Amino acid sequence: MDRKVYGKKLVYFDNAATIQRPQSVLDLWNKLARDSNANIHRAVHRMADEATEAYEQARLYVKDFINASSREEIVFTSGATASVNLVAYSFGEKFVGEGDEIIVTECEHHSDIIPWQLLCERKNAVLKVLSVDDSGHLKLDELESLITPKTRLLAVTHISNVLGLVNPVKKIVEICHSKGVKVLVDGAQGVVHSKVDVQNIGCDFYVFSGHKVYATPGTGVLYGKKEILDEMPPFMGGGEMVGTVKFSGTTYAPLPLKFEAGTQNFTGMATLKPALELASVINDDKELKKSADEIRDFLYSGLQKTEGLTLFGTTGNMDEKISLFSFCIDGVHHEDLALILDKMGIAVRSGQMCAEPLMDRFGVSGMLRVSLAPYNTMEEAAYFMESLKKAVNMLR
Amino acid sequence: MEKEKSLQDIENEIVDEFSIFDDWLDKYEYIIELGKSLKEYPEDRKTDDKLVKGCQSRVWIDFNVEDGKIFFNADSDAIITKGIISLLVRIYSGRTPQEILSSDFSVVEKIGLKENLSPTRANGLVSMIQMIREIAARNI
Ligand SMILES: Cc1ncc(COP(=O)(O)O)c(C=O)c1O
Repeated sequence: MDRKVYGKKLVYFDNAATIQRPQSVLDLWNKLARDSNANIHRAVHRMADEATEAYEQARLYVKDFINASSREEIVFTSGATASVNLVAYSFGEKFVGEGDEIIVTECEHHSDIIPWQLLCERKNAVLKVLSVDDSGHLKLDELESLITPKTRLLAVTHISNVLGLVNPVKKIVEICHSKGVKVLVDGAQGVVHSKVDVQNIGCDFYVFSGHKVYATPGTGVLYGKKEILDEMPPFMGGGEMVGTVKFSGTTYAPLPLKFEAGTQNFTGMATLKPALELASVINDDKELKKSADEIRDFLYSGLQKTEGLTLFGTTGNMDEKISLFSFCIDGVHHEDLALILDKMGIAVRSGQMCAEPLMDRFGVSGMLRVSLAPYNTMEEAAYFMESLKKAVNMLR
Repeated sequence: MEKEKSLQDIENEIVDEFSIFDDWLDKYEYIIELGKSLKEYPEDRKTDDKLVKGCQSRVWIDFNVEDGKIFFNADSDAIITKGIISLLVRIYSGRTPQEILSSDFSVVEKIGLKENLSPTRANGLVSMIQMIREIAARNI
């Protein structure tokens, strides 16, 4: 990407919201839309075969990428939000009853809070919250006492989109499983910034969005353990998710199609393959990791040294911090800062970042967030720090 | 005594002031200055009924009516928003409801702010204008 805004070269530091896509993804997207626009899984003609092939290839790639046991465990959705809603509805329908409990954490994105609230309203269940400490770490020592025999599921983000801290999801799964509680991990950020192995984590569900990990918008994944997905009723009814349909009753297609009713975003879904191929190359590139870590550390220490700046999500162990920083500056409104930075050619995020409970936790109305991707450079980071100082001086 | 400036005169004045800036940052620097010099707004008037809905930042608009004219006072926790609202106060304060309602509020576009405020902020601006119009309509 190389574009200008207001006559300045754009510095894109809002990657946690959505990431820029590589040529390989754009090419495949274009090619499928142009040459293979036929409805998947249905017709027997050549074009439909190509579209189906690309779609199913992507599924296999996702399976390997997150190390799922079988392709049946990979359900395609329109995004992380859709995946959470699917589980909240369908798992909830089957396994959650009156008086049961669901636990979410204080650092969840609204997408991993509201579907559970809706479930609890529907079933008269209880929503409980695992809080974070002042540095942004989950209070793991409180988890065991939060869980009761009525707790059915815990939903936790792998990496918070505000704090940029990697949560100890494997540990959380161990604690939960020892008490018979299922775990959903929101991997919207996690899949971008860490090597995900769902079998190693041990979680029952793992969800993410394609558009944050180089694929096209409107694509998403729900990983679920086969034995649980098998037990769950369909979420939506429609074409493609059925075995036989009679007015006297319908049987459903086997996994994963049971959860993929209706015509899917097949041109988009297929781009998960080149997208994750890129993510995989990036994951394995030690040089790149080294320079990305340097940029992260430069920003982390630069921001901490900035007068009047409060950083949220701090740690002494940089292995658990990604290149994402949310902060407030005394006497300066985050929205003013974002606006001035925009005029300086820097795209950042400001506001509540879909995590209002977390804003309340820290007693702020919003924050400013910078989130980097592997294509961002040290030069850009330095320009950002310099611009931030200038902007603050203008606004104070 | 100098003839009182009409609403239109002030609008033109503001458009002139802004026409000298060709750089976006300079323009915003000026708005920030305006924001900083907006009249003191009493803390106890920051009540929910004066809060403009639909803004990312919080904006309060207060008013009183004297001799059939409406006088506005406003504040915001964001300084750029405050600068913009100070322009609205300058134009619309001390006018009759009829004058306010007959204005087309195009000044914001003329100084090139509308499309250059972030989309959420642009909505905020629309909401501010809406509130000023409503106050005028209620006080005819
Ligand atoms: C941690 C987290 N969870 C969930 C979501 C929701 O993703 P989407 O809007 O793509 O469904 C996001 C995106 O902002 C996120 O950062």
